[in-house]
Amino acid sequence: MGLDFFEPVYLAKLAGLLVPAVGETIYMVAAATLLAYILGMPLGVFLVVSSPGHILPNPWVEKTLGTVINILRSAPFIILMVALIPITRALVGTSIGTTAAIFPLVISTAPFVARIVETSLKEVPEGVIEAAMSMGASPWQIIIKVLLPEARASLIMGTAITTISVVGYTAMAGTVGGGGLGDLAIQYGYNRFRTDIMLITIAVLVVIVQAIQSLGTAMAKKMSHS
Amino acid sequence: MIEIENLSKTYSSRHGCTKALENVSLVIPRGAVYGIIGLSGAGKSTLVRCLNLLEQPTGGRILVGGQDLTKLSGKALRQARQKIGMIFQHFNLLQSRTVAENIAFPLEIAKLSKAEIQSRVTELLPLVGLAEKANAYPAELSGGQKQRVGIARALALKPEVLLCDEATSALDPQTTFSILSLLREINITLGLTIVIITHEMKVIKEICTHVAVLHQSQIIETATVESVFTNPQSPIAQEFVASVFPNELPVELLQELSEKDQTEIIRIRFLGENATQPVISDLIRGSEVKVNILYGSIDHLRSTLFGSLILELQGSPEQLANAHTYLKSRGLEVEVVKNGA
Repeated sequence: MGLDFFEPVYLAKLAGLLVPAVGETIYMVAAATLLAYILGMPLGVFLVVSSPGHILPNPWVEKTLGTVINILRSAPFIILMVALIPITRALVGTSIGTTAAIFPLVISTAPFVARIVETSLKEVPEGVIEAAMSMGASPWQIIIKVLLPEARASLIMGTAITTISVVGYTAMAGTVGGGGLGDLAIQYGYNRFRTDIMLITIAVLVVIVQAIQSLGTAMAKKMSHS
Repeated sequence: MIEIENLSKTYSSRHGCTKALENVSLVIPRGAVYGIIGLSGAGKSTLVRCLNLLEQPTGGRILVGGQDLTKLSGKALRQARQKIGMIFQHFNLLQSRTVAENIAFPLEIAKLSKAEIQSRVTELLPLVGLAEKANAYPAELSGGQKQRVGIARALALKPEVLLCDEATSALDPQTTFSILSLLREINITLGLTIVIITHEMKVIKEICTHVAVLHQSQIIETATVESVFTNPQSPIAQEFVASVFPNELPVELLQELSEKDQTEIIRIRFLGENATQPVISDLIRGSEVKVNILYGSIDHLRSTLFGSLILELQGSPEQLANAHTYLKSRGLEVEVVKNGA
């Protein structure tokens, strides 16, 4: 098979495969990360504030939440994805395709988000929280006005880490027909022995991951005043 | 203003109980600058943190402006806390907010309108000398400036009480002095009651009106600053006083002097206008003892002059007795350091 990268027909065919795959990947990553944060962020906040000595200590909530999160995180994504097929079908109507892949992605990422958010919020010095309490701040005010803003640079870095790991998960989602770059790499690169497509897919993924990390780092730097 | 009654705090852990405070009772008058001094581990921080219930006491009552804080919880407690400002050793500013936004923080907590917040912040910035730094972030400030932000923030809601938890312990001596001057100014101009926790006697000396000595979880001495400096009762208080007014004589000198006959070494502490009186020349004239000045110092407590003199007196027992009578008649504290053989 001739691999002339500069052949116009070749380039057109390649673009025809790559562009939709990149679009699907971005769609899955964006939707899954967003939904995972909507679900995982409050969990992370609960984990922190319910821990002993924090603003709303509650061992029962902390333990239960921690256990559920650990259980969800123990299942490898590929297993979870298959295990969730019936629920996915019930929710989305189908278990195949890009949109169907988002549900297991969210379920798998949300607990990860909870832990990442937890780690960021725990970095906020106790003294600052105490100062807010001494001013008569309510727990809600402390969460909204102290914990989240003070941790924002760290939260942004965490979002970059999460998004990148979701990129990795979407590649796996390709194996159940989720679409995206992972699907392309498996279908063409692996099953049809098209090493060129495999390499190009990897290159595109590298660029996407780099872009996310650089954006995250730049934003975190801009937000950090310490 | 603040009444502490039989306050106790015990920390219990798996390894048993630790008593941080035991039956502490104190009355802090309105407008006072009340110093609470103690060595580390004495329970000072626990005590000040109990005053706004950051630390829940295990026993006793705390009345601030007549209101028993230990009976409050939830919203009522949060409202009471808004009337008690607090500053900290490590400032505890919000790193993500500018100076102005940090000062606005307690006002936002109290849900004041944007316009009210704006005007209060504009009022406070010059009060603490930070008008130029309104838009700086804490990371760009020096320690002293950070504490000034802390003070402005603590004053934002016009509290009646200001708690200072080792507020100058992380600062260099000069900055400490300027922060203490600011606190004194606030105390005088706003009539604010200030409670200061410290392990440094120089802090007490600079601004306090009253002092309580906390030792091993208990209050062992309370007095006005003047009487603690002129007449410390407990050994700990004496040590603290000696830490700012060192007046130990070299052992060799004492030995040499004690070998002389009809000699007495005395220490006189004097305060206020006594410091400006010609005590020594009157002493010599009145009792005809010979006076040798071994050590002398003069300093101030807040704004009163405070001095200490160590004198060697030579004379007959009668003359020495006359000297004592004279000094006492002048209202001076006399302590005999050493009697001649």
